Amino acid sequence: MFRPCFVFKIFRKGERMKELWNEILFVFGDGRHELMINGFLNTLKITAGALVLGIVIGILVAAVRSSFDKNRESMKKRGGIGYWVLSIINAVCKVYLTVIRGTPVVVQLMIMYFVVFVSAKDGVPVAIVAFGINSGAYVAEIFRAGIMSIDNGQFEAGRSLGFNYVQTMRYIIIPQMFKAVLPTLCNEFIALIKETSVAGYVGVMDLTKSGNVVAGRTFEYFIPLFTVAIIYLVIVMALTSLVGRLERRLRKSER
Amino acid sequence: MNDNALITVTDLKKHYNGGTVKALDGINCRIKKGEKVVIIGPSGSGKSTLLRSLNLLEIPTSGSIVFDGEEITSKKANINKHRQKMGMVFQHFNLFPNMNIIRNMTLAPTKILGKNKDEADAKAIELLTRVGLADRAEAYPQQLSGGQKQRIAIVRALCMEPDVMLFDEPTSALDPEMVGEVLDVMKSLAMQGMTMVVVTHEMGFAKEVADRVIFMDEGVIVEEGTPYEIFNNPQSDRLKSFLSKVLV
Ligand SMILES: Nc1ncnc2c1ncn2[C@@H]1O[C@H](COP(=O)(O)OP(=O)(O)O)[C@@H](O)[C@H]1O
Ligand SMILES: [Mg+2]
Repeated sequence: MFRPCFVFKIFRKGERMKELWNEILFVFGDGRHELMINGFLNTLKITAGALVLGIVIGILVAAVRSSFDKNRESMKKRGGIGYWVLSIINAVCKVYLTVIRGTPVVVQLMIMYFVVFVSAKDGVPVAIVAFGINSGAYVAEIFRAGIMSIDNGQFEAGRSLGFNYVQTMRYIIIPQMFKAVLPTLCNEFIALIKETSVAGYVGVMDLTKSGNVVAGRTFEYFIPLFTVAIIYLVIVMALTSLVGRLERRLRKSER
Repeated sequence: MNDNALITVTDLKKHYNGGTVKALDGINCRIKKGEKVVIIGPSGSGKSTLLRSLNLLEIPTSGSIVFDGEEITSKKANINKHRQKMGMVFQHFNLFPNMNIIRNMTLAPTKILGKNKDEADAKAIELLTRVGLADRAEAYPQQLSGGQKQRIAIVRALCMEPDVMLFDEPTSALDPEMVGEVLDVMKSLAMQGMTMVVVTHEMGFAKEVADRVIFMDEGVIVEEGTPYEIFNNPQSDRLKSFLSKVLV
């Protein structure tokens, strides 16, 4: 049986690389590599789905929260039902943000799976929903902070040209906001990828869970767990460099 | 009586903090088509608030503003429509930093007026040529000097073909050597017959260009008249004291 302390000896003595290779073949043999690939794909699915859902929720919530802050005074003055509707939606958003950010994501995931969607057979969509709703709360606050960081003069310039509130947001504020929050957003997504590793709690075969299962079946922990770690690392590094490139391109467009 | 008034302001009040700050405390004035009005007054007297109320960037506490025959302070008014006809120039330029100059200028005409790109570009280039910045059309705002930025901000507003231009201390954020180039653009605009309301500390500009000078203090119009009346024959003590401070 392979022991971690062997590794160092192996690398010191090049001739024992073959032994490590044989161990890898053993660990992922007998169809177990498919388990890992499947887990990897599930992690990607959950992350991508949650990311999209999180951004959609984040944009909506941030839009409500910041337009309420910005238009509260003028809407109240103009009266009408609009003000009350927006107030109520704003209050709902606040509750959402408080609850989601105040409870652990694993608990939210388990509540989703065992309480809300009791009859769900496949855990992946449930995980997408749970992580998406969770991520949405953080993304919303990132977007809101981003909108607030844009100089109010930009907003006034837009309005003074005749753009309405939504157009001003769309053409002037949001493009600048998005650029300002890109690094923070990237960090949120990196956190999200790693957070999905608790999906195993509701029986989803994600990357982490697959690694664990392989380890359990082969009684070999070193190789499966390091493989899992390296895969996460590669995904995160790929995303980081992608966003870095995007940032540089956005910056160049101003020079 | 109001036949040639472009903007009529009646008993306009703007209070902050539940009435403890009276930024505007009952303003009445009329601005005629083609008139050049310069607003002067000490800091905190409500000049910006008045100017920003004219296009409802500030919502007045009470009073009314009639623009081009329509009461824009009424609940039914479509303020976005009216703002298209009121260009505004800010102290800090407020150009869009993520867009080049031509895009800064054509964004509103294409998105709001529905002009096609060529038409909007042509108009923008024409205006840029007039202010001597045609060669900077592709530049981004941070590549320009303060004076250039402010000239761009002026022509950006002009791209919407407004009926009136509002200027809030357009030269106050500029290095002294750049004040002239901006004032020159404003003077030529005045010569073309544009209706202008200008808040400024440039008394020379007021004397040269203004049809009427309004002196404000503590949220009210203390005195108004021709530049000659205001600068050479001030009546109130407040204006005399103000002029003695700015004209040393
Ligand atoms: N958003 C605000 N909240 C509270 N007070 C304000 C606000 N905006 C302006 N004020 C007050 O209103 C008064 C007039 O301000 P302003 O119109 O900017 O003066 P000016 O442009 O003549 O220097 C000042 O006393 C200022 O402190
Ligand atoms: Mg001011």
